[in-house]
Amino acid sequence: MPKVKIPRKSTLVDMTAMCDVAFLLLTFFMLTTKFKPDDPVIVDMPKSISQIKLPDSDIMEITVNKEGQVFYGIDGQYTRKKLLDKIGEKFNIQFTDRETYNFSLLSSFGVPISGLKAFLDMDVDQRKTEKEPGIPIDSTNNELAWWVIFGRLSNPNVRIAIRGDRETSYPVIKKIMDTLQSKNVNKFNLITNLEERPKI
Amino acid sequence: MAELDTSGGGKKKGKGQKHKAKKKSTRVDLTPMVDLAFLLVTFFMLTTTFSKPQTMEINMPVKDKEQKEQQAVKESKAMTIILGGNDKIYWYMGITNPQIDTTNYSANGMRKILLEKNREITDLVVLIKPTEEAKYKNVVDMLDEMDIVGVKRYALVDITPMELDLIKKLK
Repeated sequence: MPKVKIPRKSTLVDMTAMCDVAFLLLTFFMLTTKFKPDDPVIVDMPKSISQIKLPDSDIMEITVNKEGQVFYGIDGQYTRKKLLDKIGEKFNIQFTDRETYNFSLLSSFGVPISGLKAFLDMDVDQRKTEKEPGIPIDSTNNELAWWVIFGRLSNPNVRIAIRGDRETSYPVIKKIMDTLQSKNVNKFNLITNLEERPKI
Repeated sequence: MAELDTSGGGKKKGKGQKHKAKKKSTRVDLTPMVDLAFLLVTFFMLTTTFSKPQTMEINMPVKDKEQKEQQAVKESKAMTIILGGNDKIYWYMGITNPQIDTTNYSANGMRKILLEKNREITDLVVLIKPTEEAKYKNVVDMLDEMDIVGVKRYALVDITPMELDLIKKLK
C-alpha cells in the first residue's frame, strides 16, 4: 500500500515579485532624489499664495537672515569655478586648485572677498563652525554687486532669487533690490512658502 | 517490449536511486534582499524633497533711465499704503492733502479696504511704501495682498519725508 501523502503546502511565498517592486521604487527614488544642499543659515520664509515654482537649475540665490547678513549662492560646479576665476582676476587674488575645488562645492557662502581665500582653505568641518559675517552690501563696498555681475557672466541664463527671513528689516532687502536694479536686473524672484488663497 | 521497457525503467530507477545527485533548487530566498531594498526605499523617500519652494516674481521698473518715460499717476486713482513698524499699515487716497488712516494685516483690515477701493475705482494704482521699520514679511504680505485682491497695478516706492512726518504725528 502506497502511503497517502498529504501534500503540505509550503508557507514560503515567492519573493521575486515583491523584490521587483521594491527595486523599482528604489530606482525611482534614487533618480528623483536631489539632496538638499546644507544652507548656511536658517531662514524662515514668509508665506504667499504665489504658485510659481522655482526652477531647479540656473539659480542665483541671495539669502538674507534675520540679522540682515547676506549670503550668496549659485548652482552648478562649472559655473562656480568660472565665477571664482573672474572674481580672482578682478580682485587680484590667486586661488589654488584646491581652493577652486572647494569653492565649486560651496552651495552658499557669506564671507567678504578679502576673507574668501582663508575661508576656502579651511576644512569642511572647520568651515561649518566658522561664523560667516555676510557679504558686504554697503554703498561704499558693495561686493554683492560684483558677485551678481560675474555670476551672470558665468551663467547668462541665471535667474536671481532672494530668500529672505520674515523678520529681516526692509532696508536690507531694499539695498539688495537697489543693487540688483543698479546692475540692470529688474526682474527677480522672492522665494516664499506656499499659503492657501484666502476666500474673499 | 515490456521487458525492455521495464528493464530500462528499472535501470533508470536503479541508477537514480544510487546516484541521485540531489537536484538543488535554483531558488534563492529573496526575503533579505527585499528587506534591504525597502530599507533603501525608505531612506530615499525620507530624504527626497519633493516640494520645491514657491516664488513670487516681481518686475521692477528700469531705474532712473529717463524720467520722461515714467507716468504720473492720476490723483483720483492713486492709493498709498505705508508699511510701518510693528505690523501697522497707514494708508490714504489721492496724492495731495492726504488723510491718513491706520489699519492692520488681517482680513478685515487692509484686505477689506483694498477690495472696496478696487471695486470703486477702475485701474486703481497702489503705491506701496515701506518704512525703515517695516519687515520683509510685511512687504511680501502686501505684495501678496495685491495678488489676492486682484489689484493689477502696484509698485514699490520709496517713502517721502513728508509722509514720514505725517506718520510721526499720528504716533
